[in-house]
Amino acid sequence: MPYVSHTNQDLMSMLKGLGPDYLNKLRELIPEALRSTSELAIPGGLSEQETDSLLRGIASKNTPVSELSSFLGAGAYDHYVPALVRNLLSRSEFFTAYTPYQPEISQGTLQAGYEYQTLICQLTSMDVSNASLYDGASATAEAVLMALRIKKKATKVLLSAALHPEYREVVRTYLAASDAEIIEIPYDPKSGETSIDELLKLDIEEGDVACLVLQSPNFLGVIEDIAKHTSFIHEKGGLSIGVVVEPLSLGVIMSPGEKDADICVGEAAGFGTPLAYGGPYLGFMGVREKFLRQMPGRLIGETEDADGVRSYCLTLATREQHIRRDRATSNICTNEGLSALAATIHLSSLGKDGFKNLALLNFSKAHYLAKRLRKSRDIFMGFKTTHFNEFTARFALGTDIDMILKRLYDNGILGGINLKKYYSELDRHLLICTTEMNTKADMDLFVKIVFECLEEKPWQKP
Amino acid sequence: MAKALEGPLEEPLIFDRSREGRAGIGIPTPDVPIVDPHKVLPRLMVREEVKGFPELSELDVSRHFTRLSTLNFGVETGFYPLGSCTMKYNPKLNEEVAGLPGFAGLHPYQGEEMVQGALELTYELEKILEEISGMHAITLHPAAGAHGELTGMLMLAAYYRDRGETRHKVLIPDTAHGTNPASCALGGFTVVPVKTGPDGILTAKEVADHMDDDTAALMLTNPNTLGLFESNIKDISQVMHDKGGFVYCDGANLNAIMGLAKFGEMGVDIVQLNLHKTFSTPHGGGGPGSGPVGVTAELEPYLPKPRIIKTEEGYSYETDRPKSIGRMRAFHSQFTILVRAYAYIRRLGANGLKEASEAAILNANYLKEQLKDTYDLPYDVACMHEAVFSDKHQQERGITTMDIAKRLMDYGIHPPTIYFPLVVPGALMIEPTECEGLDTIDNFVEVMKKISAEDPELVKGAPHTAPRKRIDEIGAARRPRLRWITPEED
Repeated sequence: MPYVSHTNQDLMSMLKGLGPDYLNKLRELIPEALRSTSELAIPGGLSEQETDSLLRGIASKNTPVSELSSFLGAGAYDHYVPALVRNLLSRSEFFTAYTPYQPEISQGTLQAGYEYQTLICQLTSMDVSNASLYDGASATAEAVLMALRIKKKATKVLLSAALHPEYREVVRTYLAASDAEIIEIPYDPKSGETSIDELLKLDIEEGDVACLVLQSPNFLGVIEDIAKHTSFIHEKGGLSIGVVVEPLSLGVIMSPGEKDADICVGEAAGFGTPLAYGGPYLGFMGVREKFLRQMPGRLIGETEDADGVRSYCLTLATREQHIRRDRATSNICTNEGLSALAATIHLSSLGKDGFKNLALLNFSKAHYLAKRLRKSRDIFMGFKTTHFNEFTARFALGTDIDMILKRLYDNGILGGINLKKYYSELDRHLLICTTEMNTKADMDLFVKIVFECLEEKPWQKP
Repeated sequence: MAKALEGPLEEPLIFDRSREGRAGIGIPTPDVPIVDPHKVLPRLMVREEVKGFPELSELDVSRHFTRLSTLNFGVETGFYPLGSCTMKYNPKLNEEVAGLPGFAGLHPYQGEEMVQGALELTYELEKILEEISGMHAITLHPAAGAHGELTGMLMLAAYYRDRGETRHKVLIPDTAHGTNPASCALGGFTVVPVKTGPDGILTAKEVADHMDDDTAALMLTNPNTLGLFESNIKDISQVMHDKGGFVYCDGANLNAIMGLAKFGEMGVDIVQLNLHKTFSTPHGGGGPGSGPVGVTAELEPYLPKPRIIKTEEGYSYETDRPKSIGRMRAFHSQFTILVRAYAYIRRLGANGLKEASEAAILNANYLKEQLKDTYDLPYDVACMHEAVFSDKHQQERGITTMDIAKRLMDYGIHPPTIYFPLVVPGALMIEPTECEGLDTIDNFVEVMKKISAEDPELVKGAPHTAPRKRIDEIGAARRPRLRWITPEED
């Protein structure tokens, strides 16, 4: 039988060692009434070769983005994963270990985690990073819960309507047990930024709001200057939570930390973790030092061993569930250690210049595509404020975005996201993403097909 | 400032290896004009550089992480009997198939027609886990065991809200994992501890004494963290159900009962499973995991979104779920973890899973019998997948559980889970899993006996041959240094 090492002789000798009535005792472990009498109704076992071909068969019923030309983003960005990342991650010393509870024999995981925490602090300009959270959405929810713990008297949580729709949903799910009221702040229809006017209009007493959650670049692709919003929320006594769903953007635009945010969370799967149909990904969180004790998740710290040699270990565990139980800052235990390692390797191998240049390349590709599309008299930029590697294109009145997407798909192109699905008023708006994976030729073909379709206007035909 | 060790056991931080101007993995030659961010963004929005980012060659990076890996201990390094964590062998095939472009290269927003294989695998895995657990419906949405626990608690809260009832309390036995009370609190419930009986299992009377109209559920682990089957569970469920409450089961220890018993038949209403324990997906140095949740028909409407349905045209997402608690995470699931678990289950099949559980039980009992004359065994009964000892006898010679754990490292063995469960002072919680052979277990037993008889000073000074001597964890918390600081900042 697979993955079990006993020989018949081993079994005999083990049972002999246990004494004659042992098998009876074993049978009595589970009360008779609860003991299963029939075999599990699942298929019988397979050889490795059969399992391999079964799984390959299932995989072949899917069409990966590598067989298409994909302009899909919206929280999951297709980036090249260097061979080095895959290769190092496959070292069993890393991927078969568990949470480093025994630091003397876990320095690999711990030091890499400490390096990860440092990279996240550098990226976000925050003082402290944890060792990872599940994904960007649950990290955002954890940040909101953290703000509610810090601002105990506050009853309100402000979310930007341009925060990823699924992130907003997760915050709502996590807050179901809380009394806090969630208020969504609309985006400005012209600029695409979270409306500062709407924010100023709110009738909120000082001390009654826990936090304001803003994403930049936001779900519409717009780069937000969160400085104004942040000073507003600080005046009201709340925390500013900056969400970064595409942290490669931080090679070109200033980080939430540089804009005075108190907590920065987001999704770092783009660094070395494949698209993988949406998971596992990598939630990150950086905070100001003064909020350290309220932070959720594992933390790795530097220390020494008995000989005074520099070492690393899990630390400040008194915040955590296995010590504090029902008064812990979070229930999180298993997090996304291997994805965090992937990010650490990926960022280290890109290096300072590589990171900046990759960010510039992503930025430039999106600007190239946007510029080409704008040549059509039927396509406009969705919003005035500029974008990083993803943008909203607004089409002329009457355009059927789904028909354009269908035409693109018939040509092997995933053209982006029809924003109508998330915002009913954005009914002729397409969210388009480009990364280093999209070549100029791909983009030119995209433009050609869209232009042909606009010329034909199939939606006007009876 | 701590000193750096010379030689093969020390590796500088990646930042200390950095040399200005050194380039690692390049990027493609730009095929479009590079846009100067200053031309399109306000000056106060443009970032010039990420200060402190390292600069290394590809070889530097490869050598750095390869060397770090050698300071780690994984399942393939040696015996890893970490109780309650089920440290099985992680089959290589599963890594390989999870990396196929047809799985790893799918965007979560691709249309259903392009991902029929992904939906099929997810749906089929749900059906298989329903059969193994005996539950009416399974969701594969949660990202880890604790995430599944929280999902369960939020579902309970939604259920009572829906009925216009409010219940504030959840009963939790003193043997529970720390995540249980933490998940309850996050779900808005107050934890009421209940005591384990003298033979290490919960009694229906203890539960009945605490159960009232304000109690939403009992959250118990079966088999429990002492490695014992909660044999009163059916009566306990009756007590809970009679007063309108539910039974939540932490299924972290499912590895002991696959094909032998089903949660659904025990009267369990909600259970979470851990694919990274029972179904051999790698622990990854602390994740990613996956924490499916199974429920009864009554609770099915509250499952998180999204749900997959099978129709004549194929698989698709069900959109109309008004009672759902909503999303617990972005997108669908820990998908490539599901691929690994599915490959494992299909490889073993019905019989293989049952035999795996039987072998896990046999290994734990054999180990327990061999060690019980040397180490105190607080609950001397037949166990399931793990056995819990204490350091009571060794303490007479001044040796503690911590010392024993550290000394095991010198013999090339990963320590068991220590000081847990809390009901056993100085606990050593040992879970050998079914994957280990008799020679490995005999060697472990021999080493454990040897340590017990060793010079206490030698044991207290352990580890002696690990990459580090005993690490000062208290010092780390006293003055937290949680990141590398650039020389300018320092």
